[in-house]
Amino acid sequence: MMTFILRRTGSLVLLLAAVSFITFTLFQLGPSDPAAAACGQECTPERVAEARVALGMDQPFFVQYADYIRGLFSSRMVGAPGAQTLCEWPCLGKSFQTNENVADIIGRSLPYTFSMAIGALVLWTITGVGLGLLAALRKGSPVDKFIVGAASVGVSLPIPVTGLFLLLLFVNQLHLLPFTTNEISSPFGPQGPGAWVANYLLPWIALAVLFSASYIRVTRTNMIETFGEDFIRTARSKGLAPRTVTFKHGVRAGITPVVTMLGMDIGLLLGGAVLTEQIFSVPGLGFTAVHAAISGDLPVTMAITMLAAFFVIVANVVVDLAYAAIDPRVRLQ
Amino acid sequence: MTQLNITAKKASATAGSTATAPFLEVRDLTVKFPTDDGVVSAVNGMDFSLERGQTLGIVGESGSGKSVTSQALMGLLKGTSAQVTGRAMFQGRDLVTLPESAMRPLRGRNIGMIFQDPLSALHPFYTVGHQIAEAYLVHNKASKKQARAAAVDMLGRVGIPSPEQRYDEYPHHFSGGMRQRAMIAMALICEPELLIADEPTTALDVTVQAQILDLMSELQEETNSALILITHDLGVVAEVCDNVLVMYGGQCVESGPVDEIFYDTQHPYTLGLLNSMPTLNSASSRLNPIPGQPPSLLDLPKGCIFSARCQYAELAGDGVCASQRPELRVEDGHGKRCHLSGPQIITIRNSR
Repeated sequence: MMTFILRRTGSLVLLLAAVSFITFTLFQLGPSDPAAAACGQECTPERVAEARVALGMDQPFFVQYADYIRGLFSSRMVGAPGAQTLCEWPCLGKSFQTNENVADIIGRSLPYTFSMAIGALVLWTITGVGLGLLAALRKGSPVDKFIVGAASVGVSLPIPVTGLFLLLLFVNQLHLLPFTTNEISSPFGPQGPGAWVANYLLPWIALAVLFSASYIRVTRTNMIETFGEDFIRTARSKGLAPRTVTFKHGVRAGITPVVTMLGMDIGLLLGGAVLTEQIFSVPGLGFTAVHAAISGDLPVTMAITMLAAFFVIVANVVVDLAYAAIDPRVRLQ
Repeated sequence: MTQLNITAKKASATAGSTATAPFLEVRDLTVKFPTDDGVVSAVNGMDFSLERGQTLGIVGESGSGKSVTSQALMGLLKGTSAQVTGRAMFQGRDLVTLPESAMRPLRGRNIGMIFQDPLSALHPFYTVGHQIAEAYLVHNKASKKQARAAAVDMLGRVGIPSPEQRYDEYPHHFSGGMRQRAMIAMALICEPELLIADEPTTALDVTVQAQILDLMSELQEETNSALILITHDLGVVAEVCDNVLVMYGGQCVESGPVDEIFYDTQHPYTLGLLNSMPTLNSASSRLNPIPGQPPSLLDLPKGCIFSARCQYAELAGDGVCASQRPELRVEDGHGKRCHLSGPQIITIRNSR
């Protein structure tokens, strides 16, 4: 088991290195000129050239990349020679727009994204897996048909539709919930966990409606298949209680595809739910990324892209480890 | 065979002694599955009985209703769309009408079951020992330690070497034969009085088959349990069974003591089955299959279920085989469901 974990972690590091290189190359090859963007609209060619030097973009590609990677391990100096400023570790460069340390910007955005992702995740896992299991246990019944129907509707509702509808209903009409504020970014803040839940409840529901729909379908299909397996018949023929047969023997075997989905979705969501954050004005990673991309703020866009990739890769490794924990056959390889 | 048990019972009853019902008595057991295409008649009126210490072989080709019969007896069809009717008296209780809650304590404790493919029948995520101990813990008030000791002991009894270590291994660590031994250990850990083995050796190679059969006979003798052995392998039947029941299209077409089935065969289908077995000294190098296909269980023929494939259907005359379903006629414990008379059958046998 230990070698399994070590090997997976090793491949994680290699993947991250590859992703950082590819991302960096892509942004270098991109059509936009970050120096011109950073300089502003009414900039003379001389000023653009100065900006280019100040941003270090006059350096050869590999020097720039090496500098960038060095910043991940230690503090470094950035800016034009003579006018350098310290970029503290972990240095992801400085924003072209505000000259702020990119790491600080990300550090500020992350709690919002985490808050949104965690609640939504819990909500859709419970509803998705719960309803999917219920539908599988009552296969063919009206309950099953209703749940499957609801899932079909849910999966076809995009976030802008559900999000705006929820806002309109609960905030504008019923005044049950406050409009999302960016003052609350964690349940441990001065406002307390209650306010945190109230603040993020609508984005959670909007995301959960979309995600639980596919979880219901995957859970239902896999559980129906698992309940038809020979080992379920064996469990029944041993005289085990229905609850033991369903959960201990059934769910554990049928849940693995859901674990895979869950891992991938967490990874994606932590990289920033762009639409949801826009609609609910949550200043998380997705929100920040959109604004950085529009204003050509290369270091911020680059850092968030890499972070998103990092989350997806880590989630993948976690899924692999979870698989090994659930299924002893995986540990063999 | 069925008749034999009934007459024996009547005789003892009239004699005024304490009459005991057969250990297991199945009467007119019928299983139907409603589907979108119609009702599938999987089992159509099975009758048999069984005493402790006896082995009954149920033989038939795929889809003849062997496994469904065993699942009906285990109550595994309860809670599904299957419609089970008839009677299956076991220790004074009717397994057909017994509710699931009353059936559950019997499963594993009084009726054990061994399945065909031990790899898919064992849970891949739990250790073999855990699964056996689990079966012990459902029916016995015991600590986990005691359950482990019982499971280790059982693993040893079914011939698994170093059971203490194998206890903590997973099914995929076991070979096919070892898995089936583990399966048998699981089915027998509570020492059930009735053991149903559904094609227990089909997934195993021949040398292992013999070991598993020996093991089952041995353990059956030790616990004096009744064994229902479901198989399509006539060689297996000849080796271990006391009585045989040949199934076709969800019906018993012939039943009786094993020697009579093999040497005084009364039904054309059984003859066909025996004939299709390759022998070492057969002159022909080709197999002798029974021509045709088994009938669709959605739409069984009005007459004899086997008539469409029976080479001797004309012999009975008047097209009776195609128009009239024969009854199971029992003479001296040997039952057959055929319109042909005894002498006709003997002529057919001799002509082969």
